[in-house]
Amino acid sequence: MTLVVVTVMPKKGVLDPQGQAVQGALAHMGFAEVSDVRVGKRIELEINGHDPAGQATKMCEDLLANNLIEDFSVEVPG
Amino acid sequence: MSATRVAVLRFPGTLDHESAARAVEGVGGQAVYAHHEDTALPEGTQAVVIPGGFSYGDHLRPGALASRTPIMAAVKSHASAGGKVLGICNGFQILCESGLLPGVLRPNASLSFICRQADLEVADSGTAWTGGRLEGETLSIPFKHHDGAWFGDPGETRVVLRYKGENPNGSIDRIAGISNLSGNVMGLMPHPEEAQDPLLGSVDGRVLFAALLS
Repeated sequence: MTLVVVTVMPKKGVLDPQGQAVQGALAHMGFAEVSDVRVGKRIELEINGHDPAGQATKMCEDLLANNLIEDFSVEVPG
Repeated sequence: MSATRVAVLRFPGTLDHESAARAVEGVGGQAVYAHHEDTALPEGTQAVVIPGGFSYGDHLRPGALASRTPIMAAVKSHASAGGKVLGICNGFQILCESGLLPGVLRPNASLSFICRQADLEVADSGTAWTGGRLEGETLSIPFKHHDGAWFGDPGETRVVLRYKGENPNGSIDRIAGISNLSGNVMGLMPHPEEAQDPLLGSVDGRVLFAALLS
């Protein structure tokens, strides 16, 4: 069993209303240094068998990310 | 002559199937439910409605999980043979996630759930879905959604309906509903099944259901 971590983020240039809302809240709380916030998701997969990173990449292409609006990265933590 | 058989899809979390079935029957069709695990549409199905709701709790992305179910493979075959498909709200999201329509529905720019009556402008009178209404004519149909901002390339689609006036959700070009280029698959965020009875203030939604039978 191999742990594979997938990160899905809104594409740069695609409006991220969730990130903007969080940035607004941070500014109200006094964290004025923050110039941009983007909110994405982390998906942890336990994968059996051959080429877990390759399998995870296929899963991202087929379901986990929508390539119109999201980028993904696949990582196998050492 | 027997009534046109229209399959109304149900996924876990679908909410508006009863209103959609009532709207189908209201224009003279026969509504038959089909379920997410079915591998084929009910026998004799001539058209399909994918109603609104929150299939699979909107997990991952709205419509993403429903679009990968066995019944959607059957809907794809139906559509590629020229059969009519109408997706409403979550049904529209499912059609985009399945690739039957281009683009994707993103969260409203305001991040608020919005529920109100809307004036929609017919932007393309050349499809069956607006029942002979001319471009620029208005349909009054309510909408209720959180993820209704269509994002994509309008050049890949036919823009059938736009919000009149202020854009409520931040969709590209005020898009409220689109069809595929061949015109047999239609998706919209507003709810035509809730504009069927004068008691509810508008019957403008009937044209979209009547189109299923044409």
